[in-house]
Amino acid sequence: MKVEMTVNGESRSADVEPRTLLVHFLRDDLGLTGTNIGCDTSSCGACTVHIDGESVKSCTVLAVQADGADVTTIEGLAGGGELHPMQEAFMECHGLQCGYCTPGMVMAATSLLSENPDVDEAGVREGLEGNLCRCTGYHNIVKAVLSVGGDGS
Amino acid sequence: MNAIGTPMKRREDPKLLTGEGKFVDDIQVAGQLWMGMVRSPFAHAKIESIDASAAEDAPGVHAVYTGAQLQEMELWIAPLPCAWPVTDDMVNPPHFPVAAEEVHHVGEIVAVVLADSRYEAADAAELVVVDYEPLPAVASIEAAVADEATAHSELDSNKAFHWPLIPDPEALDAAFANAVHTVDARFVQQRLIPAPMEPRGVLAIPSPHGGEITLYSATQVPHILKVMIAATSGISEAKLRIIAPAVGGGFGAKLNVNPDELLAVTLANRLGRPVRWTEPRSEAAFSTHQGRGQLQHIELAADADGKLTGVRVHIDADMGAYMMLITPGVPLLGSFLYTGVYDVPAFGFTCEGHFTNLTPTDAYRGAGRPEASYAIERAMDLLALEVGVGPDEIRRRNFLAGGEAFENLDVASTLTFDSGHYGPNLERALELADYEGLRAEQKRRRDAGERIQMGIGLCTYVEICGLAPSRALGGLNYGAGGWEHATVRLLPTGKAEVVSGSTPHGQGHETSWSQIVGDKLGIDPADVTVLHSDTAISPLGLDTYGSRSLSVGGVAIAAACDKVVEKAKLIAAHSLEASPDDIQFEAGVFSVAGSPDQTVAIQEVAFGAFTAHDLPDGIEPNLQEQVSFDPPNFAFPFGTHVAVVDIDEETGEVRLTDYIAVDDCGNQINPMIVDGQVHGGIVQGVAQALWEEAVYDDDGNCQNPSLLDYLVPSAAEVPSIVTDSTITPSTNPLGVKGVGEAGTIGSAAAVINAICDGLSPHGITDMLMPATPQRVWRAINDAKGGAA
Amino acid sequence: MIPAAFDYQVADSADAAVAALVSHGDEAKLLAGGHSLIPLMRFRLATPAVLVDIGRLSDLSYITDAGDHIAIGALTRHRDLETSELLGAQAPLMAAVAGQVGDPQVRHRGTLGGSLAHGDPASDLPAALLACGGSLVARGPNGDRTIDAADFFTGFLETALAADEMLTEIRVPKAAGIGWSFQKFNRRAQDWAIVGAAVQLGDAPKVALINMGSVPMRSAAVEAALASGAAASDAASVAGDGAEPPEDLNGDAEYRRHLARVLVGRGIEEAQS
Repeated sequence: MKVEMTVNGESRSADVEPRTLLVHFLRDDLGLTGTNIGCDTSSCGACTVHIDGESVKSCTVLAVQADGADVTTIEGLAGGGELHPMQEAFMECHGLQCGYCTPGMVMAATSLLSENPDVDEAGVREGLEGNLCRCTGYHNIVKAVLSVGGDGS
Repeated sequence: MNAIGTPMKRREDPKLLTGEGKFVDDIQVAGQLWMGMVRSPFAHAKIESIDASAAEDAPGVHAVYTGAQLQEMELWIAPLPCAWPVTDDMVNPPHFPVAAEEVHHVGEIVAVVLADSRYEAADAAELVVVDYEPLPAVASIEAAVADEATAHSELDSNKAFHWPLIPDPEALDAAFANAVHTVDARFVQQRLIPAPMEPRGVLAIPSPHGGEITLYSATQVPHILKVMIAATSGISEAKLRIIAPAVGGGFGAKLNVNPDELLAVTLANRLGRPVRWTEPRSEAAFSTHQGRGQLQHIELAADADGKLTGVRVHIDADMGAYMMLITPGVPLLGSFLYTGVYDVPAFGFTCEGHFTNLTPTDAYRGAGRPEASYAIERAMDLLALEVGVGPDEIRRRNFLAGGEAFENLDVASTLTFDSGHYGPNLERALELADYEGLRAEQKRRRDAGERIQMGIGLCTYVEICGLAPSRALGGLNYGAGGWEHATVRLLPTGKAEVVSGSTPHGQGHETSWSQIVGDKLGIDPADVTVLHSDTAISPLGLDTYGSRSLSVGGVAIAAACDKVVEKAKLIAAHSLEASPDDIQFEAGVFSVAGSPDQTVAIQEVAFGAFTAHDLPDGIEPNLQEQVSFDPPNFAFPFGTHVAVVDIDEETGEVRLTDYIAVDDCGNQINPMIVDGQVHGGIVQGVAQALWEEAVYDDDGNCQNPSLLDYLVPSAAEVPSIVTDSTITPSTNPLGVKGVGEAGTIGSAAAVINAICDGLSPHGITDMLMPATPQRVWRAINDAKGGAA
Repeated sequence: MIPAAFDYQVADSADAAVAALVSHGDEAKLLAGGHSLIPLMRFRLATPAVLVDIGRLSDLSYITDAGDHIAIGALTRHRDLETSELLGAQAPLMAAVAGQVGDPQVRHRGTLGGSLAHGDPASDLPAALLACGGSLVARGPNGDRTIDAADFFTGFLETALAADEMLTEIRVPKAAGIGWSFQKFNRRAQDWAIVGAAVQLGDAPKVALINMGSVPMRSAAVEAALASGAAASDAASVAGDGAEPPEDLNGDAEYRRHLARVLVGRGIEEAQS
């Protein structure tokens, strides 16, 4: 069936099976492969995107559920070849190594700060509980998020 | 120029941060067929029959192949390889990508579906009906050792090899006969699922007119894969191109030659269509090897002061169902480290490898060395208790060279440690941790009888990295060398290109290599392009594992730069009309000794080498040099880790509150990257201590294959980490050691030592990993006398 | 892992959703936020032939003051519960528990009705509703009926909802100023509770337990002890009584009973402080 949504500010549509997961729609149908898949149990958060400005795990949303929604992926976070302040901070603080969890981590972090701009270290750690990283031990991710907002800025 | 030693921001990051990094699953090609794997639900069974008719008729399905059909098709000429037959009589049952007659672990592939989409492949795989006759399963290392059933029907024992390293048996016996203090301890290294965040994946693309195959694989080892696929498929190496695109972490999990890789290449070659597969996370417990899986028995002998006189170790190692690429070699990588950083006169090690009906084991971050470090560091704490001194003091008394600086020191395990200086490293960590203050707080809580007690754990580890001197590998029966290759060229415009055989998957090689080349050639690191991970661009290499990239690959790059400068010097001398002996080179500029105004920049030399209008006689055009560097020795990084835990004595919950790491990896090229490696390594080791274990039931089913149940920790479970370093240069030209695995090698022991330290008032001296709340609570409860 | 194929329908009203359930019977499942159902479908542990998407019924997303109780639309998301000032003031236990479910991403999608209708004994919100003494409004082909939370959870992943009923509203009695506590014990922040306890004091103290049996449950023994004026530690000591907790990698029954005692004790103490 046909789904239509705004993705990174552009209207996009495609014919999909109802069972198509949003993450597969974004990756396979729209070619937006920045959003990664790290698990199949809604555990790792690699597939985190924003729907109407809030972080969601796009592996646990059907594309048809997002029909009409406003979706932002990592490709659309800053746009125009620029880096969003959170992306800058991850680079500055060495908050990524292999980079696979990174798009989801950045999307989760920006959503967290938009909801809780004054978050402290414990709040950042709790707020990123749904995103797994195997490389960084989280130390520099937390540092990066706190450098953008929260009580570290 | 001094880019080396500075925390340069990573050039890899912008792509990865914006979603432009291309991982295997991101690459789409027209006409591709998706593989869907039909996997055995039994750990050990005969395949009676397979009915694939419903799957063959399903929408989008191109073909379904069983193991028997694939054998008939003669897609391969040899089983999947084991490159490390550790003994001449090692048992190595054939391992084909798809089982034809008998399966030996849950999840072993019995048929493969090829379909137009990943959804259709998943649907069709469900429709294949397989009739099995279950056989008794060997579902644990303990069962394998007991040898009552065999994991392979054709074998009469599960024992795969016996490997001894006992340099002086008589001295060892004497050490134990004369010991005043002894420790006799048994530890379990539970099985771990490596779980890089990017699951594995493959995409094999045949050339339009046949004959050539490009394989994209989420692998750490494209070069090794190329050799091995050529050897198993019969496809000429010259026709194979392997590309490791952006790779989302490895940790050893992507250091193998897997059924899916061989299947994709051979099926794409046969069908003339691209063939691909992306590992679903919950299949990774079967489709990617696991780590650890050892029963350890360690004995220490010491004199009255607690000075070690002997260390004796026996390991029973779980191979899993098959020998994969370096399965049997993993415990041996640890064999040389069971004496740790200590001066041990007599040493003996034996290892037996055993087959089980579980997922094969192989390298996982540290590969053999975290196990060794854990055993000796746990045992040292037990020795401290036995002798009646603190864990810091028992270590001081036993450090090699008395804790003083040394170079090229022979140790009892027959290796020569490159360099070390253990005393100041320990003292720095204790200072940074405020060790005395921690002990005071611990005493306060104990005296007050508080619910949350504190434990403090030390680990002074040493590891082997810089794998490896090729001769040493040959001596261990390893099937390849340990060199690394680098090519460095200066382009006509004065920019440099470096081609490395190392294959990064998160380590930031492009940044670090540009720092080395920038300094060596005296150019801006931004002018250095780093090429890697594509066998068409980088035909020679031995890839990335064993913390080898810098100390082998980095040294190769530095040496190639030196050769470029040597040649450039001849050209510079010619253009400056001076003798090469009088030419000096500094910061990218050649000058004539005594005539500082007579200079030529290396970029100008590069252009001159390109035009070749006026080169000295006998000098070829272009500035390009290559080096295959074979390291004369391993490198031995070391460090001290201090873990501080809160233990809730009511619930058994352990919370890591502080972690202090002082590592010594020799000279550092990029301290920011070093710190990052340490952080990540530590959390993986902490995860082994507190959360992770692949648990199997008696039938050989993994009980927790998904990330829902296999507890990879999140940011919420761990604290920030305090890091510092001491610097004891290695003996190689860059003075570098390696740091990719150090964190993991130090941390599991530090955490369990902390827990046992915290629980010592209860008389508790050991704790199984992972130290689950239930285990900790039960230990406390049992120590108190039982009633819950 | 990929769900099996299904037919997809969007319901434009609660009545339309009920009508769809009536016409498809057992073959149909309601899809709200999807955070209980889609994970099961991905492993093909649930293979509904028809999914009726009620996620767009925005008129069932509300938190309003209804006199003696707070009325919550069944499609209200955990995040909205967590951040509702009204709920925080009048039924703070419910709001606090909502903030502990899963992770932020889950809380942005998951709905109260979806979580309750799934009826998972390991889930947080059923226990919260039990401890709050709430009730649920179900709509069926014959109209609405109200079900007391204590009667709602009937078996493992089974509720009092008929196959042709859907939840429309959840009612939580006002409890401003009444002591409460939520104690969740897990190994990772994002995980389900190994054991949890929701406590709300007041005239009729209620204590609900997470993951201590096959259904979300209240601890009658603890409540009786509290009602008779027992001290926190004495009341907590019977928290495991009568429970038949599950056994899994995180804990056996003995350990879970122990945790229940500890957590209930902590909960009562916190609620009383």
